[in-house]
Amino acid sequence: MTVKSTKVETLPIRSGDDVVRVRQRVRALAIEIGLGLVDQTKFVTAASELARNALDYGGGGEVRAEIVQAGMRKGLRLTFEDQGPGIADIEQAMTDHYTSGGGLGLGLGGAKRLSNEFHIESTPGAGTRVTIARWK
Amino acid sequence: MSMDGAEVLKRTLIEDEAAILDAWYASLREGTSLQSGRIREAELQTQAKAVYGQLRDALANGGVEADGEQYTSLREALADISRSRAIQGFTPTDTANFVFSLKAPVFAAIGKAHGTDAATLAAGTWAASKILDRLGLHTMEVFLESREEVIGRQGQEIAELSTPVVRLWDGILALPLIGTLDSARTGVVMENLLQAIVDEEAEIAIIDITGVPTVDTLVAQHLLKTVAAARLMGADCFVSGIRPQIAQTMVHLGVELNVVSKATLADAFALALRQTGRKVVRQQVSAEGRR
Repeated sequence: MTVKSTKVETLPIRSGDDVVRVRQRVRALAIEIGLGLVDQTKFVTAASELARNALDYGGGGEVRAEIVQAGMRKGLRLTFEDQGPGIADIEQAMTDHYTSGGGLGLGLGGAKRLSNEFHIESTPGAGTRVTIARWK
Repeated sequence: MSMDGAEVLKRTLIEDEAAILDAWYASLREGTSLQSGRIREAELQTQAKAVYGQLRDALANGGVEADGEQYTSLREALADISRSRAIQGFTPTDTANFVFSLKAPVFAAIGKAHGTDAATLAAGTWAASKILDRLGLHTMEVFLESREEVIGRQGQEIAELSTPVVRLWDGILALPLIGTLDSARTGVVMENLLQAIVDEEAEIAIIDITGVPTVDTLVAQHLLKTVAAARLMGADCFVSGIRPQIAQTMVHLGVELNVVSKATLADAFALALRQTGRKVVRQQVSAEGRR
């Protein structure tokens, strides 16, 4: 089935305040497509993790939010992009409790568990792109 | 023969002072700042006259570089005016117009004096434009800085106000958290809590997160650090107010809060009372009283 995206917007991730704004915007979009309270909270939390990763490890970037539709199903897709140092070993980065910074090491794996779709690609030295989606 | 622009401007300001000031007052009077009632006409005129005098003096000593040393006192005077306007709630336009509305009278006066000499006219107008634009921008910069100061101060006040430590009972403290828990706020929270534990000789501290909309790994980490610090001070920590959706999210995230947690603050308080050897009982009502 073809997936078409209807509403696309881009938000910058340059500071801690931007992470809060991303959360608020994602929550508003999640409500718009009719996600329940639990799914909203899950997806907002996943977005918060990835936005903070882009800020802390990628040196800032941006997120593209789009409402996607496949037939009757509606969903929300977020693409986080940064031009940071990238991730050399994605498998290791996805491992729970592994962190290269000072965090809990649960962000990436947690974001995957909190989303329906999860896709990560990274080129060392060029940046990282993470795409997540949640369907109603 | 054409004259130097600064010289033209200087002479015009001295020779035509009365006319320029009158025209400036008139244009200030038409501006919105008076109509909003935030400032009186006499005050506005005093400010205008002072600024005019300083501009004239600065021109006499220095050239057209409004960033230069001769303009220091003028810039400070304008900064004071901008700051007071930022606090009084003027719009940016009103604030900038205070300086920009001087342009028209000055241009008119230069035109009147040198209308026949195109080169002199252009030089004088250019000099006036350059100085007044720079000064106008300066007032805007100060205006914005003052506004940012106000916002920054409010932010700090909110951070302090929104993290009160409440004494529920002898030795039992509650810390209701509301809003986003970032690193800066965690610092304030931790400091307040640890100090309160010392001051109140608390045995138990309850951290209530009912008002925290999103608990991600960073917030969880901050919570764990606060709990660990409180434990080092000899106080037990409970976490309360974890809503169902937050609980599910935390499980999926894989965060383990290694603390006693309760759904509501009331439950946590009841547990705290039990742990400190207290019991809440319903008052015995005598048979007579019931009737």
